[in-house]
Amino acid sequence: MTGKLRLATTSLAGCFGCHTSFLDIDERIIPLLERVSFDRSPLTDVKHAGACDVGLIEGGVCNEENLHVLREFRAGCRTLVAVGACAITGGLPAQRNRFDVGALLHDVYVAEPGLTRRGVPDDVELPRLFDRVRPVHEFVKVDYFLPGCPPPADAFWAFLTALLDGREPALPKELLRYD
Amino acid sequence: MSRSAFTLDGAEVPFDDGQTLIEAARAARRYVPFLCAHPDYPAHGSCRVCTVLVNGRPMAACTTKAAAGQVVESDTPALTADRRALVQMLFVEGNHFCPGCEKSGGCTLQSLGIELGVTSAGFAHESPVRPVDASHPDLLLDFDRCILCELCVRASADVDGKHVFALSGRGLHKHLIVNAESGRLVDTGMSVDDAAASVCPVGVILKKRVGFSTPIGQRPHDVATPRQQVEGKEGA
Repeated sequence: MTGKLRLATTSLAGCFGCHTSFLDIDERIIPLLERVSFDRSPLTDVKHAGACDVGLIEGGVCNEENLHVLREFRAGCRTLVAVGACAITGGLPAQRNRFDVGALLHDVYVAEPGLTRRGVPDDVELPRLFDRVRPVHEFVKVDYFLPGCPPPADAFWAFLTALLDGREPALPKELLRYD
Repeated sequence: MSRSAFTLDGAEVPFDDGQTLIEAARAARRYVPFLCAHPDYPAHGSCRVCTVLVNGRPMAACTTKAAAGQVVESDTPALTADRRALVQMLFVEGNHFCPGCEKSGGCTLQSLGIELGVTSAGFAHESPVRPVDASHPDLLLDFDRCILCELCVRASADVDGKHVFALSGRGLHKHLIVNAESGRLVDTGMSVDDAAASVCPVGVILKKRVGFSTPIGQRPHDVATPRQQVEGKEGA
């Protein structure tokens, strides 16, 4: 391997909006790639994260598979970063927390008018839903949080360049937002 | 002519008799982080965010009267850490979903978190279940966001003379209630023009049909954060 910092990214219960915002660093991705190589990420299609320097996690934990991936990232990544409202608070998917999961599945897959096939999907490959959507820090230790829905591209840039330069990442107030 | 003064983080702040520390600081355009304090209402002293050290002792700046010669410290790493923890606890006790909240960009709790550099709620979320009251034709109550500051209680009782709101229960079970036999806002005398309808610092009491009408970048705290409002500076 090169001396590049190894970076993995993934989305759990998220919308990939944080990844899209990350890509909004635009042409700055070229100098970034001179210092960073991507491990597991939607950008590489690598399926499992190996040993990495930094892991960026978008999305909260809503099912068994999310938790499995989160633990794999925590085990493999020296520095784990929760990115965006969903990873940090549960976000939009957590708006279901006030409802019973069984009742929700019934409403969506059985009671909903106009369905051609009724029945709650039960394929064994489908991960089971948790009763509540929870932020990642409620399951594993998180080293840094990058808030926003999504965090601005400049926040990704400021954060990653600080890490690369060996500085403690600290966002200026202009780049710190919860919406 | 000399007025009495205390020092705030080393700078002299003059005050008039009877002024609290936060009132005198505000008059001198010096920001002390606050949440439940409001210049138009008597102090409540419940959120403790404005806690400062007065001659070394922690005191709420909104309830402590200014006195000559006090040495007041506000901007210290320890106090900032305490304030962050208070804000984080408020975030996990309710359901504060900023990306979907009409109050985002004008919310005192949100702006305080950003002011203090809070990047995560830190603690485990309570995820309480608190149904919305949308019964009133012009107003909506989203109890998920209540921080128990009692500003609506104070405004409704002291200004509107209607006593529409109260806090009920104790400790973690304390919650905002509506003064009607049905418990619903539609069965009170509340009007959209009441002071209580506009005083909520977070997104509990919302006016219907005006949500998200102000674009991002022009919302109240986009224009001037609470700190900038106190310091008399407009934002970027």
